[in-house]
Amino acid sequence: MKHARIAWAGAVHEAVESNGELLLTRSPWPGKRLKFEEVVWLPPLAPVPQARTILALGLNYADHAKELAFKAPEEPLVFVKGEASLIGHKAFTRRPQGVTHMHYECELAVVMGRTAKNIKKENAYDYVGGYTVANDYAIRDYLENWYRPNFRVKNRDTCTPIGPWLVDAKDIHEAYGNPMNLNLQTTVNGKVTQSGHTRDMIFDVPTLIEYFSSFMTLQPGDLILTGTPDGVVNCDVGDEIVTHIEGVGDLINTLSD
Amino acid sequence: MLVMNNIQKNEPHSARAFWPQGTVYGALLNFKQEWDMRAPHMLDAPHKGAPKAPVLFIKTANTFTPSGQTIAIPHSVAEVDVGANLAWVMGADAKPVACVLVNDVSIPHESYYRPPVKYKCLDGFMGIAAKAKPIEEVQSDAVVLIVKVNGHEVQRVNYANTVRKSQALLSDISAFMTLQEGDVLLLGSDCLADGKRPRAKPGDVVEISATGFDTLVNQFVGDAA
Repeated sequence: MKHARIAWAGAVHEAVESNGELLLTRSPWPGKRLKFEEVVWLPPLAPVPQARTILALGLNYADHAKELAFKAPEEPLVFVKGEASLIGHKAFTRRPQGVTHMHYECELAVVMGRTAKNIKKENAYDYVGGYTVANDYAIRDYLENWYRPNFRVKNRDTCTPIGPWLVDAKDIHEAYGNPMNLNLQTTVNGKVTQSGHTRDMIFDVPTLIEYFSSFMTLQPGDLILTGTPDGVVNCDVGDEIVTHIEGVGDLINTLSD
Repeated sequence: MLVMNNIQKNEPHSARAFWPQGTVYGALLNFKQEWDMRAPHMLDAPHKGAPKAPVLFIKTANTFTPSGQTIAIPHSVAEVDVGANLAWVMGADAKPVACVLVNDVSIPHESYYRPPVKYKCLDGFMGIAAKAKPIEEVQSDAVVLIVKVNGHEVQRVNYANTVRKSQALLSDISAFMTLQEGDVLLLGSDCLADGKRPRAKPGDVVEISATGFDTLVNQFVGDAA
């Protein structure tokens, strides 16, 4: 099942995808059907009782690592993001005036489903609640070699679109075997600029869950953004960027000034 | 004040205790002593330049430990860094509403090149005092923290000695991201004269205090796991 979180008729609602429409599932509108165009899409994540942990990977695809650095990392290169950087599908991301290189990063996002501590790879998928698409924008003009990638590059307001759907993990596992078997693609104004495949991750999803849970307890709703493949290009104000992951969704975002 | 009274359900500490409601950010290299020590090498690889914007990190929610509870040191290390911090609790419009003492515990690490997740985001690695103090009652840039290990004073942290004064730090952060209501900002921890931070090993009791503030006390223990 594909879950969404939307704003409509003056309130926030949980919805699921049903025959190309949104179906509201809860009171006061159980059974109500809405067209995708009628709603505001929020990040497809239920609120959590304390700060959501958002882990993001750098250089986690062999080709992208080659593009940006000289050798692949020997352990996951991870940074943390704040929840305030997240925005929903079909939203606007701000491109600061005067920057020369702002690029998208199409990433498979893992949403934890259960509390996870000291999990072994073999059992890691049991702890995944679902998958969604994230676009982890970066502005390379602001890169500094201190706790790199630094927050001015990676933790900006509006710079992490996510959604539209949270797809139940079991749906992906049943349809594709596991999430390491999905095509990724980004288009800018309809032109394909980035193509990749999740099998090319250096550290796959079970390895990442084992690694993180070896020193930190992950809670339901926590996120792991698993990195992006080769093919990031500068985008300008007005560009429509669609980050696509097979079976998970098409996340649309427009750059704004 | 909403953020001060919001209580995490099922938390074991007292019902009026302060508990972070949002994301906890910390500032690196915000004391002149540490900055000056590292300055001669800031142009070297891999840094190739002094930091321009504030260098930040996040203390994830799994690190939060109430005052009075123990903090586990993993088997892989003998001791940990004590990072005594004055922290701002943010209200609406990215303005601070309260202050609280915290301990940004880290596995000692020399390099500030890559994000410090595996050093700073271990379970339990942030002690948090039980009470926050209204911002109106605090002159943040004049606060002096006293750090004691097993009752012996090991460090004084004077916020007159910061690189960015508290409002300048907030202003420089706000230039690229917005702190949300309930977020917490650690204003920085200082090193000792040798460039290291005070250390704690299993069995040590670490106390962080300042005049007029609720004291933070945590005992460090070996990891039972």
